[in-house]
Amino acid sequence: MIDLEKLSHVQGALLWLPCTILLFAGSSALYRRLNKAPIANPTLLTIAAIAMILVSGGVPYKTYFEGVAVLHYLLGTAVVALALPLYRNARRLQGRGISMASALVAGSLTSIVVGLSVAILGHASASTVLSLAPKSATAAVSMEISRLIGGEPAVTATLTILTGIIGAVAGPYVLDMLSIRAPEARGFALGVVSHGIATARAFTEGEVAGSFASLGMVLNAILTALAVPLVLRLMGYA
Amino acid sequence: MLLQLGVLMMFQFIGEVLVTLTGIPFPGPLCGMALLLGYLYFRGGPSEELTKVGTTLIDNLGLLFVPAGTAIVGYGALLASDGLAIAAALVASTVAAVIVSGVIAASGASPARAGELAP
Repeated sequence: MIDLEKLSHVQGALLWLPCTILLFAGSSALYRRLNKAPIANPTLLTIAAIAMILVSGGVPYKTYFEGVAVLHYLLGTAVVALALPLYRNARRLQGRGISMASALVAGSLTSIVVGLSVAILGHASASTVLSLAPKSATAAVSMEISRLIGGEPAVTATLTILTGIIGAVAGPYVLDMLSIRAPEARGFALGVVSHGIATARAFTEGEVAGSFASLGMVLNAILTALAVPLVLRLMGYA
Repeated sequence: MLLQLGVLMMFQFIGEVLVTLTGIPFPGPLCGMALLLGYLYFRGGPSEELTKVGTTLIDNLGLLFVPAGTAIVGYGALLASDGLAIAAALVASTVAAVIVSGVIAASGASPARAGELAP
């Protein structure tokens, strides 16, 4: 009989880091086999698998997070590195400034207003409604906005992640249906609406789509911070 | 390779320090990205090594979202109580915003150029 107590110290980075990396590598292989079908999004598959393991094993999220904290740290490093494709593709913005700026403002406002309206119509609690408002901005920004407007930052973080996954999974199908094939437009829309997770998806479509997604993500982080308090006031919610 | 990774992490660190000191509610890594972009323009482009490290990180961006994304396991109760309203709000707003943003962004690209650039 194996003494599980003896193994308790193995939990942490030793267990969860290889688990996460191997599950993601497997999910990525599946994703490529399925010709990058958005529904087989490797981030989504990995989160689903890890969540099932944690819940069935009764492992607290905190234990897991501490084990893979280095990956979370590297997310920040990768965001810094997004400057490289942005630099390489900056010239592609020439002549597109007005359409991209319009796409940014319209997409950002649509996300906020439709999200709030549907949540209010669906009788979500006031705290949920406020936590939902900034969800299209990247997590660090959306959590900060949530705190400032009286939402629940931790709930906002989760709603932000869900927005990223929905955009990364449904977004490419929607763009296909509309016959939008220009990588600049596809990437930009994905980045504006569904931040980093959809940016990761856009990079799997190609570097141009990924760069425009990065740009959309950054610009909408700024715009959402400005727009959310205004929209809430106009809708009589703050 | 290692040196360039350290450089990226140093930009990450400086970005974090800057937003903390100024009290601007903005993520440190995005500030670090802006600083690196400024540095690239100043220097006239990245070194080959820096590009290599950056590409490796970005190619695995999806993996790096897993730790934060898994936090969802702690919100079963909330998703159960307000679940339907939340699901409807998230799906409707995300799909509507992708349509609006995508259509407008595509209006700026002439079809010929778009065809050229499509992967």
